[in-house]
Amino acid sequence: MSEYLIEFNNISKFFGKVIALKDVTMKVKKGEIMCLLGDNGAGKSTLIKTLSGVHKPDEGMIIVEGKKTLFDSPKDALDMGIATVYQDLALVPLMSVTRNFFMGREPQKGIPFFKTFDIEKANKVAAERMGQIGIDVRDPSQAVGTMSGGERQCLAISRAIYFGAKVLILDEPTSALGVHQASVVLKYIVKAAADGLAVILITHNVHHAYPVGNSFTVLNRGKSLGTYEKKDLSREKLLGMMAGGEELDKLEIELKEMNRINN
Amino acid sequence: MSDKSKSIANKNNINQDERLKKVSSLKVLLNRPELGALGGSILVFIFFGIVAGDTGMFSAYGTLNFLDVSANLGIIAIAAAMLMIGGEFDLSIGSMIGFAGICIAIPAIYWGWPLWMSIIFAFCMAVLVGYFNGILVVRTGLPSFIVTLAMLFILRGLTLAITRLITGRTQVPGLRVLIEDDPIAWIFATDTFKGLFNWLGSMNLIALRTDGTPLATGIPPSVLWFVGLTILATYILMKTRYGNWIFASGGDKNGATNVGVPVGRVKISLFIGTAVASTIFATIQVLDAGSADTMRGTLKELEAIAAAVVGGCLLTGGYGSAIGAAFGALIFGTVSMGIFYTDIDTDWFKVFLGAMMLIAVIFNNYIRRKVTESK
Repeated sequence: MSEYLIEFNNISKFFGKVIALKDVTMKVKKGEIMCLLGDNGAGKSTLIKTLSGVHKPDEGMIIVEGKKTLFDSPKDALDMGIATVYQDLALVPLMSVTRNFFMGREPQKGIPFFKTFDIEKANKVAAERMGQIGIDVRDPSQAVGTMSGGERQCLAISRAIYFGAKVLILDEPTSALGVHQASVVLKYIVKAAADGLAVILITHNVHHAYPVGNSFTVLNRGKSLGTYEKKDLSREKLLGMMAGGEELDKLEIELKEMNRINN
Repeated sequence: MSDKSKSIANKNNINQDERLKKVSSLKVLLNRPELGALGGSILVFIFFGIVAGDTGMFSAYGTLNFLDVSANLGIIAIAAAMLMIGGEFDLSIGSMIGFAGICIAIPAIYWGWPLWMSIIFAFCMAVLVGYFNGILVVRTGLPSFIVTLAMLFILRGLTLAITRLITGRTQVPGLRVLIEDDPIAWIFATDTFKGLFNWLGSMNLIALRTDGTPLATGIPPSVLWFVGLTILATYILMKTRYGNWIFASGGDKNGATNVGVPVGRVKISLFIGTAVASTIFATIQVLDAGSADTMRGTLKELEAIAAAVVGGCLLTGGYGSAIGAAFGALIFGTVSMGIFYTDIDTDWFKVFLGAMMLIAVIFNNYIRRKVTESK
């Protein structure tokens, strides 16, 4: 078996004449966090959707645990243990923690045709799982709307793990959060990887990605600028690649020029 | 010393936890969607207890009277509430009532079908109409408000046109004689607990007619249907997987879809639910009156939605309860009948209905903000 849990080889995706992704390759090992960075419009969303089975790649292949795979639907990907936590988290604020945790996959008990939602068991599991990540839900029947953004993010991740995720794809998990909340979520992501998951962390925030990532892939205009191990890459270099170093260099020159003229 | 301070700290911790728990359980109670309607019902009963307590409104006959009206509205209000929790509206409820009545009466009277077959036929048509509403909303992604508004006109028009085409008039009488010995009709047309009422009459505990039989002959079928449906709907919403899917579909369609809830199927089934509830309403009324009228059920959809809203359903979906809708229907039924026992002119009923709904919406909106606000 390959040492990588999941590999994406030369993935391309076209929408009509638009080349959304071209020859993107990346690999993630078990227990590793791979950060996928890119500016707006770099193709991050398209790549996530291809990874999670929403889009089918036009070229290239996906290899899961050494086996070549094609996802026909998001459910296919989910069945293979590839879970995606989108930015909207798929949480309903008006529903309770428990009802959200088990939404769509409610545990049941009783005889066929008269099965009931086993709410006691669900409450227990939800409170237990949230407790494990240090979120004390006193009452698992409280509405998710009363939780903080970080807690909601953790709930969504915890739910994905509970339902058997091996590969966790996180779409901008810290973008809407304050510094403290973001660090809580990042800590949890590190813990999840340490427990044996492969994590793909999508973000445009280098300061969040650099401390937690093991490797980094930078996307720019639909192409990968390459995958780098952390030891081969300084934070500054990553920042430079991410922001489109040339653009900034050009800006600097232009600013100098303006200063010269003004003076 | 350090041990001691630790134990004090622990104790404080526990105290704090307990206090928090108390607050949160009070909040849970306040957050129940049916709270407003429950409080409203109590207020309404207190009001009529004072104003009309000695008028016979709360005699056996009077009570059954307003319960019957509440129950009829409740049957459709509960289905409307479930659909609203699922995030959609059905404005074709009233027209479906008229349509279902005709679906029973015309086959039974003009085509010589046995009554039971006509009733089953009406329910089959209801499933079709509900399915059509549902699939249209789910497939086109149009607001259900518009789709079912169109259906309101189409169904009412069809009812009128077909009835006049076949019978030459707009009413179909003559059903009463068919009820006897019918294997199904009794489910919608039997007063229950007659023995109890006879006994109460013989003990002179309730009012009698001049011939010595009690004025109130038994619990009307609508009331049992109403209670049964309230229990069933509450069970579904609170205790089943499907119930969780209803809340999820109405709360966040995309989120629910992403975690594998079959949102489309849930919504379609709820539209079938409102059409079937309308048909239950229609069957009970048609068999009670012995005739079907093409205009039956006019504006009932708005009353059903009003009762659901008073019962705590949010117009945006994802929140509400069947018990709340039941209390909402009870409020409307009680006031609409109770007003006859007071000196108040009945013209004021609609003013009350509107005001009640307005208060309920403002209250619900406040609750929703409370529930969803971050700490």
